[in-house]
Amino acid sequence: MLKMTDVKKVFRTDLVETHALRDFNLHVKEGDFVAVTGPSGSGKTTFLNIAGLLETFDGGRFELDGQDVSDLNDKQRSQLRNQKIGFIFQSFNLIPDLNLFDNVDVPLRYRGFNAAERKKRIEHSLDMVGLAQRMKHLPSQLSGGQQQRVAIARALAGEPRFLLADEPTGNLDTQMANSVMDLLKEINANGTTIIMVTHDAALAKQAKRNIYVLDGKVSEVGKSATANHAHLAAVQ
Amino acid sequence: MFSYYLKLAFKSIKRNPILSLLMVTAIALGIGASMTTITVNYLMSADPIPQKSHQLFYVQVDSWDPHNAFSDDSDDNNPPPTQLTWTDATNLMSAKKANKQTAMAKSGGIIEPKGLDSKPFEASIRLTFADFFSMFDVPFLYGSGWDQQSDDKRDLVVVLSKNINDKVFGGENSIGKDFVMAGKNFRVVGVMNNWQPVPKFYDIQNGAFDEPEEVYMPFYLKEELELPNWGNTNCWKSPEGEGFKAFLRSECINFQMWVELPDLKAKADYLAFLDNYVAEQKSLGRFPRPLNNRLSDVMTWLDEQKVVEQDARLMLWLSFMFLLVCLLNTIGLLLAKFTGKAAEIGLRRAVGATKAELFKQHIIEAGCIGLLGGIAGLGLAVLGLQGIKSLYGDYVNNLSSLDGTMVVVALLLAVVSSVLAGVYPTWRACNIAPASQLKSQ
Repeated sequence: MLKMTDVKKVFRTDLVETHALRDFNLHVKEGDFVAVTGPSGSGKTTFLNIAGLLETFDGGRFELDGQDVSDLNDKQRSQLRNQKIGFIFQSFNLIPDLNLFDNVDVPLRYRGFNAAERKKRIEHSLDMVGLAQRMKHLPSQLSGGQQQRVAIARALAGEPRFLLADEPTGNLDTQMANSVMDLLKEINANGTTIIMVTHDAALAKQAKRNIYVLDGKVSEVGKSATANHAHLAAVQ
Repeated sequence: MFSYYLKLAFKSIKRNPILSLLMVTAIALGIGASMTTITVNYLMSADPIPQKSHQLFYVQVDSWDPHNAFSDDSDDNNPPPTQLTWTDATNLMSAKKANKQTAMAKSGGIIEPKGLDSKPFEASIRLTFADFFSMFDVPFLYGSGWDQQSDDKRDLVVVLSKNINDKVFGGENSIGKDFVMAGKNFRVVGVMNNWQPVPKFYDIQNGAFDEPEEVYMPFYLKEELELPNWGNTNCWKSPEGEGFKAFLRSECINFQMWVELPDLKAKADYLAFLDNYVAEQKSLGRFPRPLNNRLSDVMTWLDEQKVVEQDARLMLWLSFMFLLVCLLNTIGLLLAKFTGKAAEIGLRRAVGATKAELFKQHIIEAGCIGLLGGIAGLGLAVLGLQGIKSLYGDYVNNLSSLDGTMVVVALLLAVVSSVLAGVYPTWRACNIAPASQLKSQ
C-alpha cells in the first residue's frame, strides 16, 4: 500500500547539509492505522510530507498504492494527492471566509465532479463528522474540535485511500482530542488507511501500530505503542 | 471552474478590503489618466468621414512668395500654401475637372429673425458650392442643398444648421421660407440635421475642432454681397489697390478647396490638370515659385497639418507612464496580498490543486481587481474630461466625451494591464512550497 525503501531526504543550504531522512524504510498495509512518534527534528514531518507527495526525496524508492512515485511530475503528483490522499493538519487549515460546505468542497473542485456529486459527498462527509446541520457556518463560528472535524470531513469527501494526519489533536483539549481520535478510529474501521504523526503517547497507543522515528530513520516498529513510551519519556 | 474562481476572487477582495481598495484605486488612477488623454487623442485623430476619406482630396497650389516658402504646421520645408486665392479657387471651380468639387470660405453676418420679439444676431457662414453637401455626406432634416445652377446664378438660397432653424423657425420645416441675413432676403432650401465632423476636416485652417457653420450659401455671394473674411487670411504681398475687389484679385489666401476623385487615375489626371493650370498662370506672370501642387486625402491632410497636437501626444505618453507606475504599485500590492494567502495556497496544493489551476484562480482575481479599477477609472476619466472642458472651454467640447468604444477600451485596458501586473505575483504564489505553509497557520 505504502512502501518506502531506503528513502533519503537532504535539506541543503550554503553552509549546512541536513539529512532529514536516511535509509527510511516503512511498509504500511491497507487498512492499517500507524502512529508515528519521535522527538522534534527526528524527521516525522518530512516523512509525512514525502508520504503525502508534498515534497520530493533524494534517494531510495517510494511506492504508493503499487505505483512508483519517484518520476511523477508536479501535475501527476497533484492529481495523485487529490485522488488518493486526505490530509488532516494540526491547525485545521480551513479557509476562513468559506463556509463549511465550501471548505469541504475544495478538494472536490479539483477532482472534476459535477455539482450534484459534490453536494452529495459534502453532505455525506459533514454528516459523518456530525456537522451536517452547520454547513453554512464559517469556521470561526465553531470550536477547535468542530473545526478539526470539518478538516476531517474535507479529507474524507474525496474518499481517499490514505489519511495523513499531522498532530491532528495538537491544538485540542483532551476531551476534544479523544473525540477526534474516536472519529479517526471509526474511519479506519471503515477501511481507510491512516498514518498519524503525534507527540501524544496516549493517542499513539490507540493506533493499531506504532513506529518510532529517530535521526531520520525508523528505529522501532511495533504493534503496540507500549515499547515506545519509554523512548518518548526518555526523549521528552 | 471559471465561476468558482470568480466567486473566490470576490471573497478574496472582500477579505482584505483596504488592500483591495488600494489596488483598485491605483488602477483607477492610471486608467483615469490614460483614458482622459486617449479619448482626447482618439477623437482628435479619428477619421471624420471613413466611408470616403480616401476619395476626398484637399487642393494646394504654390502661389506663394518667390523668395520665401510658405510656412505651416507640417514638417515639410517647402509646403505649398494651405489655402487658395480667390482667383485660383474660382478658376479651378470653373474648370470642373473633378467628379465633384467645392471651393469654400468662412464668413459671417447678421441674421434678422422675423417677429417683434426676436433680436438680430450674428452667425457664421460657410460659402460653398452645391457639391459640398453630397461630397461630405451632410445629413438633412428638411429639403436638400441647392443645385449647380444656383451656384452659377448666385441665387440667394441658404441651407441652415438645425440650431439656427430651431432658433429662427422654432424647429419647423422652413423650406421655401424667407430668411434675412446680411441685409438680404434668402430662401431656405435645406435644413441640416445634427452634423459635427470631428475633426472639422473640411476647414482645419479655422479651428480643427470648431463647430460647423450655422448658415451655408453659394460661394459667389462672397463677391456679390461683399461678405467679410472670417478665419485665417494670409498674404505674401499687399493687394494692388483698395477695397473688396482688390482683395479678391490679390495673392491673399482665404479659400479652401476639396475635390472628390474616385481612383488613382482620376487623382493623377487632376494633378496633371493642376500642373497645366499653374503653367498657364506662370505665363500670365503669376506663380513665381517652382511647381509644387498637392492633393492630400483627408487623413493625410489631417496628419500633415498635425491636427493632433504634439503636446496631446506627449500627454498621452506621460499618462501611459503614470499607468505603468500605478501598475508597478499594483504588482507590489498583489505580491503582498498573495503572500498573505500562502496558507490557503499551500492547503489547495495539498488537496490536489495543480499549479495551473492556482494560476488561473489568481490571475482571475487580478483581472477582477482590474475590472473594478477600470470601472472606477472610467468615472475618473469622465471627471478628467470635465476638467479639460472647464480648463479649455467650448473649444474642446467635441473632444471630451467618452463613447462606447472608449468605455470598452478602458475596461479592456484595465483588465489586460492588471492581468499583466498579476503574472509575477501569481507565478510566485503558485510556486509556494505547500509543505512549508501547512504547519504554520
